[in-house]
Amino acid sequence: MNRLIIAVTLSSALALGACSKEPPADLPPVPQDVTPAPTPAPTPTPTPMGPQPGSQAHFSSAMAGADTIYFDTDKYNIDSEDAAALRRQAEYLLQFSGARATVEGHADERGTRDYNLALGERRANAAKNYLVSLGVPESRLRTVSYGEERPVALGSNEQAWARNRRAVTVMIER
Amino acid sequence: MIRIRLYASLAAAAFALSTAPAMAQDDDLMGDLDPASIGADEVDEAVLEGDEEGISVTVTADAWQDLGIAIASFATNRDEPTPANAQGTRALGLELARVVYSDLRFNGLFRPVGPDALPRPTYNEITDPAWPTWRGRSAEMLVHGYVRNNPDGRLTVGCYLYDVALESELVREGWVVNPSEWRRAAHKCSDLVYSRLSGEDPFFDSRIAYIAETGPKDNRIKRLAIMDSDGANHRFITNGQSTALTPRYSPDYSKIAYLSYVDGNPRIYVYDIGTGRQTLVTQSANPTFAPRWSPDGRWILYSMAVAGNTDIYRVSAAGGGTPQRLTFSPSIEVGGSYSPDGSQIVFESDQSGAQQCYIMNADGTNQRRISFFGGRCASPEWSPRGDQIAFTHIVGDFHIAVMNTQGRNMRTLTNGWQDEGPTWAPNGRIIQFFRTERNTGEASIWQVDLTGENERRLRTPVGASDPAWGPVLP
Repeated sequence: MNRLIIAVTLSSALALGACSKEPPADLPPVPQDVTPAPTPAPTPTPTPMGPQPGSQAHFSSAMAGADTIYFDTDKYNIDSEDAAALRRQAEYLLQFSGARATVEGHADERGTRDYNLALGERRANAAKNYLVSLGVPESRLRTVSYGEERPVALGSNEQAWARNRRAVTVMIER
Repeated sequence: MIRIRLYASLAAAAFALSTAPAMAQDDDLMGDLDPASIGADEVDEAVLEGDEEGISVTVTADAWQDLGIAIASFATNRDEPTPANAQGTRALGLELARVVYSDLRFNGLFRPVGPDALPRPTYNEITDPAWPTWRGRSAEMLVHGYVRNNPDGRLTVGCYLYDVALESELVREGWVVNPSEWRRAAHKCSDLVYSRLSGEDPFFDSRIAYIAETGPKDNRIKRLAIMDSDGANHRFITNGQSTALTPRYSPDYSKIAYLSYVDGNPRIYVYDIGTGRQTLVTQSANPTFAPRWSPDGRWILYSMAVAGNTDIYRVSAAGGGTPQRLTFSPSIEVGGSYSPDGSQIVFESDQSGAQQCYIMNADGTNQRRISFFGGRCASPEWSPRGDQIAFTHIVGDFHIAVMNTQGRNMRTLTNGWQDEGPTWAPNGRIIQFFRTERNTGEASIWQVDLTGENERRLRTPVGASDPAWGPVLP
């Protein structure tokens, strides 16, 4: 009986997730909670204090996945899930006013190379503009598009492509 | 490389050489070196007599593909050492014929038989074939050639095409090359044979710039590389420390425009092959990508994203000029490929909601969409012949397709899972593209002819993508 309830809950979550974005509607939910941080940085620094505020390691662990937002195929709009993640990023950047960040825009492999570079630019700028609208000074943000060149999910299926259509905020370390 | 006139008879040529001892060393090529004839398709008038019937032979399109062609080992007047081959000019003669054979065979042209399966003609037989030998081998056409080592260390390579049934010469041509360029002489011979029998323009003596790929999918190393049209003379240009993408040869082969992340951002650099130096295509802090040359080499098209919006610009290839913006839409406009006369540009835009192909004048005016069939139209490339546009047709999977310049008569040429990035052979008869494998992401360069029937993978030392085929070398 318990098992059945869990199954129903999961599938309705799936349905909700699928409806939260633009078409194609058969996409899986944004796998935010299973996405690893883009850089494996939790290795403790030699200092007993842990990662310095403003460092990539500190930011990544503070965000717990909210450093990345996801997009539908060929899209670059910020939906409510993305907005929540970007608000957490903005709070961090406003709290640690010395921190500077790069927003990386990415596309999945299912696009042509030049177009994917342009699409990555759109996504990085969409995320950056949202952060600026929340009060983060533009001078502390830069963007870069990697097109389809830096996938995090390596399969050739809808789940992998959904994880690769993303904008990732990364601290610039000095 | 210098194109030369050839004697009809090598025996006569040897006689002429031996009876002209007073000639200066530069003139040792004698009558067969005529600077005035460089670039011309002139034939020594003295040998035209009794030769005319061969000149008039024309083979119609369907028939020529089935011609049996024997390509015999090239002969040499004297087996001499040459930097082109450790075993000397006799061994080099065999290699020359092997290159011609491979050129025709790999491209699915004719029914060639190579030198390893044929008797070796003598030097004098190059201009006086042993007809009974070749008639007995079901060869309709016969390719003969010779290689001579010159006192200055350069090589003279002669190439002759004969009709075996008529026992007549169809065409001949010769070249003086540096030993390091010996393969080019073989490609010129392939081009001579191909053009004479098919009526098409040549394409073998040309080069390809591409991206060499190694390493796993999540840490792929992408290096700028170049090679001859048959994959020989392969050379890496960048060392792989930063990702390189989308190279394009300048029309004169002196430069390569390509994208590099060397400073952390995607930017187009123009790499000078002679000096090894490179410069930014434009001094802008904005990312630039998708470089393309105009056919006359005077302009470089590039795409630039400003605040996330990508449009197409052009700038003088000489450097220093002010870039001119050609598109102004808030949608993505990217890529672009000039018509052969340089007057128009085909490009892609998603202003309709998805990637489609558009044409504009070279100054950006008169923009109009041309692709209205199903699916998406991406990475269009205008044929060097002007009549066709190749593009990536996205219909779920990615296929290479062609259409006319009105966007009609669309034909699909390939059927891979992800085939993209077409580039034309200099004669507009063959298209190269790259194919990505599902899951592994392994990429390889392929080519297909306009029938879609002859599809082949190029031999590259490692994975390969983003091919860009340059023009025929002078």
